[in-house]
Amino acid sequence: MYKLWASTYKEFLLLTRDLGGLAVLFLMPLLLVITITTIQDGTFKTLETSKIPMLLIDNDQGAVSQNIQGNLNSSDLFEVIKGNSEQEAQKLVQKGAYQLAIVIPKNLSKDLQQKVSDNVAEILSRFGLEEEHTPVTKNELQPKEVTLYFDPATQQSFKSSVRSTIKQMISQIESQTIYKAFQEQLTEDPSEVIFDTRHFITFKEIDPNNNKKPQVPNSTQHNIPAWTLFAIFFIILPLGINMVKEKNQGTFVRLRTQPVSYATVLGGKTLVFLTVSLIQFALMLLVGIYLFPLIGLPKLVVSGRLPLLFIVAFFAGLAAVGLGLLLGTIAKTQEQSAPFAATFVVILAAVGGVWVPVFAMPKLMQTLSNLSPMNWGLNAFYDVFLRNVGFVEILPEIGLLFGFFIITTLIALRYNSRKNAI
Amino acid sequence: MIEISHLSKKYKGATNFSVSDLDLTIDNGEIFGLLGPNGAGKTTLISMLCSLLKPTAGSFTINNLDYKNNKNQLKQLVGIVPQEYALYPSLTAFENLKYFGSMYGLQGKGLKNKLTEQLEILGLLDFAHRPVKTFSGGMKRRLNLISGILHDPKVLFLDEPTVGVDVQSRTVIIDHLKQLNAKGTTIVYTSHHLNEAQHFCDRVAIIDHGQIVCKGVPKTLIEAHKNAHHLEDLFLILTGKALRDHV
Repeated sequence: MYKLWASTYKEFLLLTRDLGGLAVLFLMPLLLVITITTIQDGTFKTLETSKIPMLLIDNDQGAVSQNIQGNLNSSDLFEVIKGNSEQEAQKLVQKGAYQLAIVIPKNLSKDLQQKVSDNVAEILSRFGLEEEHTPVTKNELQPKEVTLYFDPATQQSFKSSVRSTIKQMISQIESQTIYKAFQEQLTEDPSEVIFDTRHFITFKEIDPNNNKKPQVPNSTQHNIPAWTLFAIFFIILPLGINMVKEKNQGTFVRLRTQPVSYATVLGGKTLVFLTVSLIQFALMLLVGIYLFPLIGLPKLVVSGRLPLLFIVAFFAGLAAVGLGLLLGTIAKTQEQSAPFAATFVVILAAVGGVWVPVFAMPKLMQTLSNLSPMNWGLNAFYDVFLRNVGFVEILPEIGLLFGFFIITTLIALRYNSRKNAI
Repeated sequence: MIEISHLSKKYKGATNFSVSDLDLTIDNGEIFGLLGPNGAGKTTLISMLCSLLKPTAGSFTINNLDYKNNKNQLKQLVGIVPQEYALYPSLTAFENLKYFGSMYGLQGKGLKNKLTEQLEILGLLDFAHRPVKTFSGGMKRRLNLISGILHDPKVLFLDEPTVGVDVQSRTVIIDHLKQLNAKGTTIVYTSHHLNEAQHFCDRVAIIDHGQIVCKGVPKTLIEAHKNAHHLEDLFLILTGKALRDHV
């Protein structure tokens, strides 16, 4: 036990003697989480509050185009700017001056009105409701096309969202025109309300946990868990370097000649680097709670969840340390360990769903994500942060993280004993 | 007593044995010098005796303890001063020694007194709380020596303990080793300083290509070769003047 304590103290001294390294260890993750949250918060705000400039070419100049324009303006999504011609709009969007342009075709209002009137008259005549039952002569009208131009740099998800919004607006305008046509055919009094044109079917969103309106997760709640985990796993980089340095400077050779087990040596490193990861986590929480509101970012709400959050961070830290111990045991040079550690953490983060949610990944990657300890940690954090679950519900995830630590450490011990067997 | 029997070591992928079927007995209380050109097998032999390398064949015992079944007892019995400094540069001399001492199970006042005493003898007490990275080569060598002897080993292996140091540091190191030997510590040492070995060692073995080419008391060995006046002459007669560059 004394040897473990001495090893731990030595690791602590080594860590604290490298003030630059220590600063990097604590400050860089904070910088990372502040930067990412600020950027993502901007995106959240853009979607929620800012309007996207949209170039509108109105070749119709009728009621429908006015209706579309009104709907776009009141949608809180777009800021409509009127353009002169389709060619000009195409050029401006191509150059990236606008993210999108909408071109309303000529005679849209007139032809839509005509089409709907013809259809309504036909229906009414078939029901025998026309005052004079004469066959309706239909005008042959070409289908109208609303054209959308997107900046080639625009993301697919944004395009889909805009397409769906425009489609919904057009459908609404079409159905309102139909209602209006019936109204005109059935009564001469424009003030008489025959149809209730309000939506009959609406939807509401309920939080499955408490049957209340769900709290929309803000950028802080999304980013703190994800990037904290990323930072915790980045500990494999300094830990790997620490171990390779010991090999290169000969101190590891000396330790091998001494009556101390490799498990004790690794134990000292585990305790110190686990503590580092918990301090990192605490700093991240403090930044989320106290600094974020000061710089205009949403505050992190942790009330009542702190013990569970620290339990998840503890096991995530253990998993990260286990990986670092394995890497440090196998790697022979810093040139091997450092680039591998940095790249591997990024891969684990990507596969684990830190950047793109797992459900949005291709099937193969979704399967692979189940193997990423960062995915287990992230799920456990989301369980606590967003799903308000208890200790029992996070047991599977923290069990996996602990199992990962045990397995990686055992492999490290086995590798060392085989490599240095006498 | 160290008894080495048919000890061999062949590294993975190597064509030749680094140590080949070597037999040697070193008595308790001896200062024994392992001499040889670069790549002769001195460090490999010491590494096997210090439990750092697994022999390909053969065996050895130290104070009647077989290396295969008594690893931890042997580690407690043996001290090693490697050729590399094997120190943590960012820790102070005191912290380095405290850590390595505690790995031998030393602790508390006993450890503190021991390392203070050794630091004083080797002229490092005034620098005890300075980081090792600020030390000169000679200071690091002396500190490296202390790290290997804190637990009062019965057998001390030193791999070129005076390489790259000035005459003053070398004198302090050799004097201290003589004092340790006088207290009963068996010393096995390698060096390229043949003049130093001639005066320091009770017996020497000249190794080449992993085998002992001669062994005995330096004076007797020199006298046995009519063209040899010093150990260095004998060394060149036995190992030749060809360069021993190896990769």
